[in-house]
Amino acid sequence: MAWLSPEKAQVLACAAALRAEFEAAGAVVVEAPILVSAGDLLDLYGEDLRARAYTTSDTLRGEQMLRPDFTVPVVEQHMKQGAEPARYTYSGEVFRRQEEDEARANEYVQVGFEIFDGADPAAADAEVFARLRTAVAPLGLKATMGDIGILMAAVEGLNTSEARKAALRRHLWRPARFKALVERYSGRSPMPAARKALLASRDPLAGAGPEIGLRSLDEVVGRIEALRADAALPPIPAHEVELLEALLSVRETLPHALEQLRDIAVDMPAIVPAVDRLGRRMQAMAARGIDIETLEFEAAYGRTHMEYYDGFVFGFVVEGRPDLPAVASGGRYDALTREVGRRLGRPEGIPAVGGIIRPGMVLELGGRA
Amino acid sequence: MSIKLGVPSKGRLMEKTFDWFGQRGVTLSRSGSDREYSGKVEGIEGVELVLLSAGEIPRELNAGRIHLGVTGTDLVREKLGQWDQRVEEMAELGFGHADLIIAVPQFWVDVDTMDDLDAVAAAFRARHGFRLRIATKYHRLVRDFLRERGVADYQLVDSQGATEGTVKNETAEAVADITSTGDTLRANHLKILSDGLMLKSQATLFRARRAPMRDEDRRVLAELEERLGID
Repeated sequence: MAWLSPEKAQVLACAAALRAEFEAAGAVVVEAPILVSAGDLLDLYGEDLRARAYTTSDTLRGEQMLRPDFTVPVVEQHMKQGAEPARYTYSGEVFRRQEEDEARANEYVQVGFEIFDGADPAAADAEVFARLRTAVAPLGLKATMGDIGILMAAVEGLNTSEARKAALRRHLWRPARFKALVERYSGRSPMPAARKALLASRDPLAGAGPEIGLRSLDEVVGRIEALRADAALPPIPAHEVELLEALLSVRETLPHALEQLRDIAVDMPAIVPAVDRLGRRMQAMAARGIDIETLEFEAAYGRTHMEYYDGFVFGFVVEGRPDLPAVASGGRYDALTREVGRRLGRPEGIPAVGGIIRPGMVLELGGRA
Repeated sequence: MSIKLGVPSKGRLMEKTFDWFGQRGVTLSRSGSDREYSGKVEGIEGVELVLLSAGEIPRELNAGRIHLGVTGTDLVREKLGQWDQRVEEMAELGFGHADLIIAVPQFWVDVDTMDDLDAVAAAFRARHGFRLRIATKYHRLVRDFLRERGVADYQLVDSQGATEGTVKNETAEAVADITSTGDTLRANHLKILSDGLMLKSQATLFRARRAPMRDEDRRVLAELEERLGID
């Protein structure tokens, strides 16, 4: 057997203990390969992933990535052979490229717990949150949560074209770009001069140069037509933009946040089903004995770093240390299972919620010695 | 017992670097035949000339194997993470000017800004079934720039040369490359996006922050800085 430094041995022992707790809760242990196909992950997360994951290659299989997390491999394995409902646990190293901060680990152990079960989503959300909370309870961490599903519902409910909603949905996870689009669509920022000139031109393609490359002349003409149609649309009404901004700035203890969201929902009925889901989740948490009065809800939580979480999102962090990553985090990722499922003949996906703990951080913070 | 100065080993970049130092009383030259990659330094004691490929100078500075090096800002920022903690810009040499830009076909009259490029990338993926391809050799710089501007649904494809030809050859839809006059772009029916300038680069003298130095080396460096007129 290979020699392990005491520190690593402790981390692995802590990981094994955490995993055993999830096994006791009925989860089946799954393994995942360390090398995963880069193409599939890049199609899912986009080229930005290259800044966060290590890429390697050989001449036969092409580009491979050192797994940046377990989510995609676990969903793939489940879709190929799993029966539903299912719950899984795993532990192992993940690899994260670090180009900004040398102090951050580029290799660390994650222990995960995932539930694939559509019977009672509120109960499944609450169970994942409660089990991770118990696991990190002695560390005195601060819990924060959000709900991307409410933001998505708010976008759906805007009084504007499907194309504009699709653009906003696509950039929900890029707040600066999202804001710029809202400004444009609501008429708060003026149309760029070049766009104005293009739309005013009788023959925009005059002297434009030869058609080269895969994007065809048809596509250029099609987009000009789409831009003309968009320019003819009325702006998104100011009161809807104000409601959206009010929604994004909700930051309160969970029961108060729910009250505020219900107030906003009076004028924004599209979010009612999503806010009701939050209410049911809160009750399910209370039923598990969690003191919901102390939990913080932040509507914008998870928007910058958790693409493909499309409902409940949460994290347990060390208070006053924004430089440290979350000790535990997770959320609901139904949309990701639909994307992965498209490739595997299961486009309907699976209702899925889960989370991870970093045993290395648990030990560093003085837990489970 | 000397400080090492890395200089590009061939072409105009080498000649202009030799000129720049020569005008300041430090004569750099290749020793022996034209084919031999070793050089000499006259006009100052204790400086050793190392002739290297311009692309390898950032790596050698980062490793501290050379103390000083002349290369493009573009290469340093592309190849070194947290470049400003690894090297110090001592002097811009006033040649080797090049802009790192993003360009698309001229006939894409509907695309003028990065926002347009992002919208087109989404539509392109929906229609063609794969992410819009941008050919480049500056992977890190381009990726950072596109992330900052909120562009999604693209992929970078590696192109180490003749990048402007990739669109016509249908191996990419757009290019991210350096240009000085824009002539090659125009000849290949490409145009620069109005907000597509990522970086203005020029030949620059860098100092490795982590290269080991003895007191003697520090004295030599101070003398060289004085000779070159660097504060």
